[in-house]
Amino acid sequence: MTAPIVPVMLPAAAEIFLAAAGMVLLMVGVFHRRDATGLVSVLAAGTLAAAAVLVLLFGGEAPEPAFFGMFMTSTFAQFAKVLILLGAFLAIVLSDDYMRREQARRFEYPVLIVYATVGMMMMVSAADLIALYVGLELQSLALYVIASIRRDTTRSTEAGLKYFVLGALSSGMLLYGCSLIYGFSGTTGFVELVDIIDAMEGPPATGLVFGLVFLIAGLAFKVSAVPFHMWTPDVYEGAPTPVTALFAVAPKVAAVCLFLQVMVGPFAGLIDQWQQIIAVISVLSMVLGALAAIVQTNIKRLMAYSSIGHMGYALIGIAAGNAAGASGVLIYLAVYLFMNVGTFACILAMRQQGRAVEGISDLAGLSKTHPVMAVLLLLFMFSMAGIPPLAGFFGKWFVFLAAIDAGLYVLAVIGVVASVVSAFYYLRIVRIMYFDQPAEPLDSAVPRDLRAVMYLAGAVTLLFFLAPGPVVDMADAAALSLLGG
Amino acid sequence: MGNDWPLLSLITFLPLAGCLFILFVRGDEATVARNSRNIALWASIPTFLLSVLLWLNFDATTAEFQFVERAAWIPGSDISYHMGIDGISLFFVLLSTFLTPICILASWDAIRVRVREYMIAFLVLETMMVGMFCALDLLVFYIFFEGVLIPMFIIIGVWGGPRRVYAAFKFFLYTLLGSVLMLVAMLTMYFTAGTTDIPTLMTFGFASTLQPWLWLAFLASFAVKVPMWPVHTWLPDAHVEAPTAGSVILAGVLLKMGGYGFLRFSIPMFPEATELFTPLIYTLSVVAVIYTSLVALAQDDLKKLIAYSSVAHMGFVTIGMFTLNEQGVQGSIFQMLSHGIVSAALFLCVGVVYDRVHTREIAAYGGLVNRMPRYALVFMIFTMASVGLPATSGFVGEFLVLAGAFAESTLLAALAATGVVLGAAYMLWVYRRIIFGTLEKENLKGILDLSPREVCVFAPLVVLVFWMGLYPASFLDMMAVSVDHLIARHQLALGEAGVIVATR
Repeated sequence: MTAPIVPVMLPAAAEIFLAAAGMVLLMVGVFHRRDATGLVSVLAAGTLAAAAVLVLLFGGEAPEPAFFGMFMTSTFAQFAKVLILLGAFLAIVLSDDYMRREQARRFEYPVLIVYATVGMMMMVSAADLIALYVGLELQSLALYVIASIRRDTTRSTEAGLKYFVLGALSSGMLLYGCSLIYGFSGTTGFVELVDIIDAMEGPPATGLVFGLVFLIAGLAFKVSAVPFHMWTPDVYEGAPTPVTALFAVAPKVAAVCLFLQVMVGPFAGLIDQWQQIIAVISVLSMVLGALAAIVQTNIKRLMAYSSIGHMGYALIGIAAGNAAGASGVLIYLAVYLFMNVGTFACILAMRQQGRAVEGISDLAGLSKTHPVMAVLLLLFMFSMAGIPPLAGFFGKWFVFLAAIDAGLYVLAVIGVVASVVSAFYYLRIVRIMYFDQPAEPLDSAVPRDLRAVMYLAGAVTLLFFLAPGPVVDMADAAALSLLGG
Repeated sequence: MGNDWPLLSLITFLPLAGCLFILFVRGDEATVARNSRNIALWASIPTFLLSVLLWLNFDATTAEFQFVERAAWIPGSDISYHMGIDGISLFFVLLSTFLTPICILASWDAIRVRVREYMIAFLVLETMMVGMFCALDLLVFYIFFEGVLIPMFIIIGVWGGPRRVYAAFKFFLYTLLGSVLMLVAMLTMYFTAGTTDIPTLMTFGFASTLQPWLWLAFLASFAVKVPMWPVHTWLPDAHVEAPTAGSVILAGVLLKMGGYGFLRFSIPMFPEATELFTPLIYTLSVVAVIYTSLVALAQDDLKKLIAYSSVAHMGFVTIGMFTLNEQGVQGSIFQMLSHGIVSAALFLCVGVVYDRVHTREIAAYGGLVNRMPRYALVFMIFTMASVGLPATSGFVGEFLVLAGAFAESTLLAALAATGVVLGAAYMLWVYRRIIFGTLEKENLKGILDLSPREVCVFAPLVVLVFWMGLYPASFLDMMAVSVDHLIARHQLALGEAGVIVATR
């Protein structure tokens, strides 16, 4: 029997569509007579929305994997992709006004976001180490360029370069890990790996574990977990703010989902080997994220450390390595997406006399000058600190539940204590907004699209507790599809 | 029961509806302020009246939960929106709904900036407090319990005194640290028992090896809230810096959340651990009673003095609760209610002179009786209630607690009783320094007596103090069955666990 020549492609409909649409957008940008950035942005946003529809239509459980077993769809991947598309969509919405004001509009920017998104979607659908690497690189290369999109400023180029050098290093480690795994198991396919690891007797081959450790190191870099976090604050600070908003959300969602999928998928049999590594990375991320953020004066750097901490919490769910953990991670990421996008919408609205400012102290007295924005930012901060009834609390509840479920009591206790420490710096922002007197007020005009994103994110954050049902249901179904088989 | 109205939800969320109205107030600053005050008052008064309905319709002959509401909430798990009250929680709900309108009335003139936000914060706070006392599900309880922190942080931080930032942070982080440990314990309970339903958990019977850990985690949270020595240090700071109404709610209701937590969780759910740790509670409480009373004697800040006296009074509460006999437990609940009224009133008394003179230094006052006879009378009543003079509410609570403690151990009762003596010492001393003597200070010579609004604020409190002092049965009868049930179940659980219970 010969293998079919034409691969199964339907499950990858959304990715194929996005890739093709990206090229069309590029053409539009190049051949349009005047500056086409606005047009391309709108089209790119529409493309992402259409891709989300395709994901919902074709991206679910597929009878057979696409592309000869390289590309796998599941309810889990579907959930992750919708989050990624949403994150990318919101990032494009947030960017337009900023780029116009800073006179940094380039039509390549939305196109690059589209390609980064394709890469992220491939990452979460990868069923093979090669496919994983290709997806990861597609994402990373697009993001390296986006980080330095403002090539006329030193900060932006510096951020791009740092990201590139360190990213290349981590890709190298990841690839090295993949090759070790291939060398000691003879395959790169996830399905085959499961069988091989299950069939092993006695302790696993040292080389395989080595490979796994390198793989974890590479992935930890992408989720910016300690000790592979060093790039995060610099890149967050240096990149243009809407790019930072993108970095903080979509690639994080993709990388965490990929991380989860790799750990509980092909390497589920090696849980004794990787569980403690993930647990240690998770603890370090939570603690460092909480402590280092305290001394920051730049709000983007603060958000960088905050995201390091948040990734630590998401890693708890991975460390748990069970269905509750997978579902907890997805809920955490969904909530994290809205809190972060909302916060970045507020940061983007921080302008003094038309000039963007990033100091935390520039928020002083915000509650008097911008009462609505201050309330929203207050909600995001308390939500990130995990105070009920806001959405962030539910994210934490589900990951800690998974940790208890897996018997990781120490991890859970360190996690909650770190959340108290991190509450300190979130409270500091609230303090500056509400308790301090305004020094120089921020501009009163907040662009309409930023306001819309803020309201949306604020509503989700505040009202999540009313109906957590659908999200929890979907996350549970997704976790089941990942671990049920 | 037999009530079709979701009365508890109505009481819990009516204040939030008030918030929505306040959000839509438009106009210049003065209009917004005036309308916000009025809406807040007219949202909190019906809330109180509705909660009186609870009392009237309450069936005191059963220990079952009443006015129960249940709705599915989080799918795929047992977590549901479950509300209900018994004889223990009934009066805490009433205390919360009673004090909120008083707080709003008390801040009528005192709060002049950002009135809209202030009123919203208080109404949100009321929702959280009432919800917490009604919750019959761990997650629902935790949400309300923690949710209190947000409005209180804002109240202290925005409208507080000069060191408000420090006090607000200390309050928030202390409480949060305790609570998150409780969260881990709750997750463990959920994982072990497979449910977050409080009535089910009460009869679940956790393993003897697990109980001490869970108990300690709950202690971490409740001890900070009560507050028990040595984790009480946030309280004086928070009280001193909070605006008057903030102190009233803090002393009146928030401290009771800890005591209520012990009664709702620690004692019924972990009977063996309770038995194990009772000596620890006694020790901490006795230290609190004596040590903080002595500290109170040394204060020169009026609010700080009352704050320390709160710690001492709450020491009585924890002693009474853990004697686990009828007098002790009833006394501790009664003492909590009494303290809720009396300390709230004392903070209001401080607020009255603070609004006029803008200092809390005891030494800055003296001879107020000459200019403010009505104020002197009101202050006298609450001072006496705080000291525990017969015919006031304070007496009943302290007497019952001491009677309960005496049944447990003579030494315990004797040590606790020294707190009463010390309490009398510092309260009478401060009263003499502020009210009596000659009126010498220049800035006090033109001071005005209580305004009609302030009389309205104090009148219901005075009535309650005497009602509770003269006819405590109307309160004790309501809680008796629930308290007996709690004690009986505790004995039963210990018997089952094979622990030898000392004959009582």
